[in-house]
Amino acid sequence: MSQILVEERSVIIPGEVLAEGMDYLPGDNTYRENDKIYSKVLGLASVSGRVLKVTALAGPYVPKFEDKIICQVTDILMSGWRVNTNTAYSAVLNVKDATQRYIKKEEDLSKILAIGDYVVVKITQVTSQNLIDVTMKLPGLRKIEGGRIIKVNCQKVPRVIGKKASMISLIKEKTGCEITVGQNGLIWIKGTPEGEFKAEQAIKMIENKSHYEGLTVKVEEFLS
Amino acid sequence: MITNKTAISDLAKQEKRLDMRNLTDYREPIVIDTNISWTAEGSARVQIGNTVVMAGVKLSLEKPYNDTPNEGGIMVNAELRPMSSEEYESGPPSIKAVELSRVIDRGIREAKAIDMKKLCLEPGEKAWFVIVDIITINDEGNLFDASGLAVLAAMKSARFPVVDKETGAINYKEKTEQKLPLTKEPVSVTVYKVGGKLLVDPSKQEEEVYDARLTVASDSNGVISAIQKGGPNPLTVDEIGQMADLAAEKANFLREKLNSFLKEN
Amino acid sequence: MVYKERLDGRKIDELRPMEAKVGVVPSADGSASFKSGKTWAIAAVRGPRELFPRFLQNPQKGMLRCHYGMMPFSGSGERIRPGSSRRAQEISMVMMNALEPVVDLSAFPNAVVDVFVDLPQTDAGTRCAAITAASMALAHAGIPMKDMISSVAVGQVDGTVLADLTYNEEAYDAIVSDIPVAVLHNSKEISLLQMDGEISKDDLIKALELAQQVSEKVYEVQMKALKDYYAKEEKQ
Repeated sequence: MSQILVEERSVIIPGEVLAEGMDYLPGDNTYRENDKIYSKVLGLASVSGRVLKVTALAGPYVPKFEDKIICQVTDILMSGWRVNTNTAYSAVLNVKDATQRYIKKEEDLSKILAIGDYVVVKITQVTSQNLIDVTMKLPGLRKIEGGRIIKVNCQKVPRVIGKKASMISLIKEKTGCEITVGQNGLIWIKGTPEGEFKAEQAIKMIENKSHYEGLTVKVEEFLS
Repeated sequence: MITNKTAISDLAKQEKRLDMRNLTDYREPIVIDTNISWTAEGSARVQIGNTVVMAGVKLSLEKPYNDTPNEGGIMVNAELRPMSSEEYESGPPSIKAVELSRVIDRGIREAKAIDMKKLCLEPGEKAWFVIVDIITINDEGNLFDASGLAVLAAMKSARFPVVDKETGAINYKEKTEQKLPLTKEPVSVTVYKVGGKLLVDPSKQEEEVYDARLTVASDSNGVISAIQKGGPNPLTVDEIGQMADLAAEKANFLREKLNSFLKEN
Repeated sequence: MVYKERLDGRKIDELRPMEAKVGVVPSADGSASFKSGKTWAIAAVRGPRELFPRFLQNPQKGMLRCHYGMMPFSGSGERIRPGSSRRAQEISMVMMNALEPVVDLSAFPNAVVDVFVDLPQTDAGTRCAAITAASMALAHAGIPMKDMISSVAVGQVDGTVLADLTYNEEAYDAIVSDIPVAVLHNSKEISLLQMDGEISKDDLIKALELAQQVSEKVYEVQMKALKDYYAKEEKQ
């Protein structure tokens, strides 16, 4: 009586029926109305046991606690900086979360981080109104120097990183670049100009073909 | 907007660019389609890389200006549509839109690219007035060159509408075979100075980082019909000469592209 | 005189040829082009992003804002002066009302999703083409939507209820009514309804039922465009 109406990994549009009958449960990006489960987003269908979900193929980044993101300084505040997170919401980086050393009261904060600088930070707090606090004081977090920054849709970030970071490690190895991926879709690549460009192209390829199977092989072929 | 400021100017010093193009290369593809809008008397869509602009020609019959009773007129207007970049807002034209309009306009008007006298039907009473509107669809850099090409392509593909002989009313739904009286075909190229080097066809990021730029409109004989210098830094006379040379060379490249697309249609 | 044979030879419930493509404005978060006969709308979505002026911000959910504009060379007669007209403002508003019922912006308090629609050429049915294109662009942008919206104009010319009027039919020398309608695909509920002209209530209901029926054809085109965008090049 219950039945799934779509194939695994098929492209689904908003409002499309995924399944009929009460045996199935609505997972991520789906909803149930009466006895049907519908998609709430443009994405790929997937079935896991009795749970039907849709993996979005694009979409805005929703800031989450402990996410590592890349931001740009847009303003200098009394005791910190305001940073652009590539979303509708800016974040605040407090000076005490930016550096170990003691900062005097009248010290010029722009000497530490100037407007326009990019930083790798971690989200320490998100309120219901999406007010965000970030920190730069943990290992791996820092001000960005050199290299280039590119943007991909945040929904593609898991594909860019890969299972157990396999995809991103492949790209780093083949291009000789340091690569830091922000969950908000900003990616920092640092190496030779040619290596950086190759890495950029590989990442863009993953973004465009994220719904393909055998993507790792394709990327490997491209990078060789 | 992401701008890899230092990366771009450091690379430029080494004659390199983020996308590994040569300084004097245009992005690909360059695509020019004409007659894309059935309601316009002439129209075109130009794509350079991912930058896309449309231009449309509308013709109307008006009374000539008092100081030029035997001539029609032309005006170029540009709109930087908010859909084309997060940088643009709805509302009255920004200074960037005004500059784009006026620079392209100058390239045609001062080149006397259109024979205004041939636009006149009745001296002092009735003449054709040409308005070309540039609408940006996707701005990923170099709206100047894309717009100049679109305007030229739209003008070349334009045909006069039928005018009722008795009433003088314009029937916009029927076109004649008559083309605009174009005497010259000026193509405008904007050369940018970045990190001390000269480049063409900047990406949006390169447009944020330049020292100075020079827009030069020239015809197939290399005669210059309009110049505009922009940007926060000055240029030496030598640099201006080099930029004008590069602009003329690239204008011919773009002109060839345009002609090859027009031949196909 | 009853209008039975349409000026362009179409059947009474036949829509003009449609063409749709997704991703036509690469730098936008989502975009789509929709052509119905000679009417062509290009939609692009930017957002969610910060909303100004601040007093418009809603702490419960994000705002959907539509901006409808006809290009100066898109009118069937003289040039249209650039700048917002009252007609464009009204259409922007009804567009927003048509799309709002399906869009879920609860995860984006105080933010705005801007939908821009520009038309390079027109031949009636412009707000319908705009809404249809906008629906695809919003889906392409990954904005949470519980359903798609498909829009088409129905109406009556000289006693005959028909679908997808052209400019010539709107201007036909008889009693005419022009009824733009937008339909939620699953529930068939109506989120846009306007009428110009004269019509009886019974004919109005007939026209709305016709709209619900033919909007399915529009939906098929929208679905295909969205799925084609992600079609794989090679068969694995």
